Amino acid sequence: MTTANPTYRLELTSSPHVHSRWSTRQAMWLVILSLLPPLAAALVFYGIYQLLVIFVSVIFCVGTEVLIKLIRKREITVKDGSAVITGLLLALTLPPNFSLIFTAIGGIFAIAIGKEIFGGLGYNIFNPALVGRAFLQAAFPVAMTTWTIPNFSDAVSKATPLSSLKFDGILTALEPMFVGNIGGSLGETSAFAVLIGGLFLLVLGVANWRIPLSMFFGVLVFGSIFWFINPVKYPTPFFHLFAGSFMFGAFFMATDWVTSPLTGKGMWIFGLGISLVVVVIRIFGGLPEGVMYGILLMNAFVPIINRYTKPKVFGEIK
Amino acid sequence: MTQNLALEIMPDSPTVTIPLSQHIGKQAKPIVQKGSVVKAGSVIAEPEGFVSIPIHSSVSGNVLKIHREPNVSGFPKDSVIIKSENNGEAEKYEPMDYNAVTPEEIIERVRLAGIVGQGGAAFPTFIKLSPPKDKNIEYVILNGCECEPYLTRDYRLMLEKSREVIIGFSLIMKAVGVKKGIIGIEDNKPEAITKLKEIAKDFPGIKIEVLETKYPQGAEKMLIKSCIGREVPPGKLPMDIGVIVLNIATAVAIHDAVVKGEPQLYAVLTVTGNGIVTPKNLMVKIGTPLQDVIDFCGGIKEDAVKVIVGGPMMGVAQFDFSAPVVKATSGIVILTKDEVNEHPETPCLRCGKCIEACPLNLIPTKLARYVQLEKFEEADKIEITTCMECGTCTFTCPANIPLVQWIRLGKQRVLNLKKNQNDKN
Repeated sequence: MTTANPTYRLELTSSPHVHSRWSTRQAMWLVILSLLPPLAAALVFYGIYQLLVIFVSVIFCVGTEVLIKLIRKREITVKDGSAVITGLLLALTLPPNFSLIFTAIGGIFAIAIGKEIFGGLGYNIFNPALVGRAFLQAAFPVAMTTWTIPNFSDAVSKATPLSSLKFDGILTALEPMFVGNIGGSLGETSAFAVLIGGLFLLVLGVANWRIPLSMFFGVLVFGSIFWFINPVKYPTPFFHLFAGSFMFGAFFMATDWVTSPLTGKGMWIFGLGISLVVVVIRIFGGLPEGVMYGILLMNAFVPIINRYTKPKVFGEIK
Repeated sequence: MTQNLALEIMPDSPTVTIPLSQHIGKQAKPIVQKGSVVKAGSVIAEPEGFVSIPIHSSVSGNVLKIHREPNVSGFPKDSVIIKSENNGEAEKYEPMDYNAVTPEEIIERVRLAGIVGQGGAAFPTFIKLSPPKDKNIEYVILNGCECEPYLTRDYRLMLEKSREVIIGFSLIMKAVGVKKGIIGIEDNKPEAITKLKEIAKDFPGIKIEVLETKYPQGAEKMLIKSCIGREVPPGKLPMDIGVIVLNIATAVAIHDAVVKGEPQLYAVLTVTGNGIVTPKNLMVKIGTPLQDVIDFCGGIKEDAVKVIVGGPMMGVAQFDFSAPVVKATSGIVILTKDEVNEHPETPCLRCGKCIEACPLNLIPTKLARYVQLEKFEEADKIEITTCMECGTCTFTCPANIPLVQWIRLGKQRVLNLKKNQNDKN
């Protein structure tokens, strides 16, 4: 009887025997790469100190994950890069020159309550970075809305375009909002930098294009409705698109695999839902910005969306 | 890798191992014994029951023994081992004129020649050609898409045996009694398309359909959808929607059986992958040990990690190279570590890529989860049994979860549960 040449070690697994180049770790590191343009924009407009904030946020996110895995005696999974992403995302949503201690608290909260309490990566319901941010917003409301005049800006007001509009009735022009020399959170201000990173994710197929597209579509439609009703009182739909953290949220927060719907149809509902909440909060709410709440709220609806957007099985007659 | 390599006929091996079961259905009953002298084409086992076929010797020689032997399916099977002596001419059936032959004659010849489906399932072809009377068959579709990535044997057959393909197909249409035949070919095979179109001109009713190149285009359900726009409902067969699908290699085998009178003695297969020294497209005698085929192709390279019979998506990994080539063997793929792309498994990230990838619109991640939790009834409700196990979900999954493997396991359990229930009722 001939047998396999003993110098080979042959693997015996069931089919398929080949796999795409996709892996969790690779996808996560691509996301990290895509966050570099907004990160660079933050440094350009708000100075080198912001690097410290980013560093502290990442260190505390990663550290918290390691600690919890150790306590729970689970495999340490930080190499997958997801805690680094949470740290980066959280930092990029903070206002400039933010307290390092508060940043650390936010990082701990994001990972502990936003992710690990549900069982870690893949099991969380809400976007961990936004959970951390929501906590900071509730705990330190003043620090979270203390803005700085950016570099390369002739503005005299520290306010963000959204708060100027809400509290002072001043509409900011679109061009600085696109470039990013306006008041706002670190990573969100430059729509241009966000677009570069975001398109990178879409082209590589890491982020599903349906989510940002449905959000853009939604904000333009809902924004237009109000603008047509009263163009003097309400901002143009394009203002909604470029203002605040809308674009950042659309590309980097809402597209989080774990906390967004599974099916294409579900993603459209999810994106439209977020944009509706954003426009409603911005126009009727007490807060100037609603992206964070829009995403967190729709995160909660994901299981229901998944249930009602099951694809029709091939050949099935309904 | 192998698409430009012409088909070669591999010389007979010193001994061949011919399994008595190379088809779905009952194992054939041997009619030879140790020491019997056989010729290439002699019947060595008779069919037992309806869903069964005769088995022929692929070489001329003496029967050494009848014994349970390793098989490419992974399960040992009763096999006739024949020492090849190259003595005497091959036995044949009476050649027939393809214009004059009747449907009944075709079907009987296909049965006698022991032809099985070449798409992978190895279902006896004569049964497929005689569908129940209550099914109104409108189309016959010939699968000119390679069933799997890496394999090129159907392409080579379409190029080198174009006439045989078309005549074989016309015989199939005649046997089934349909006027409309479609050959679906993927658009990355323009030469085959041109060649078959040219020959098909003389055969009314045969149409060539150019299809997008995308695995699993060659899967029965996908092929039907692409060619005529109909979907096979879950739990139904193609003939329930008026279609029969056969493979290119099957059409060639039917041609040879009817026009030349030859039983199916050869498997047409591609030997490929980065792990083989000289990739080839081969015609190999049924029963040839894998080792001999591998040696004929220069042997295995040192960095090979997997030897697969079939294709990389649905084939079976081999551990014993004494297992022989059988009728439905379409390829031997030898993969190296770089080709396999293994990553560590992580929890499901709910990215939805498996859902987007599933050609049958199932929810692989949910199905796999239900199976892990042994919730078989829930899995059945979301159509686990519809899965055709193409493996696209596992291929795509960034978390590297063995989705189709879980689903395969669950399918078996669900089918068993249903069977038990039916037995009780």
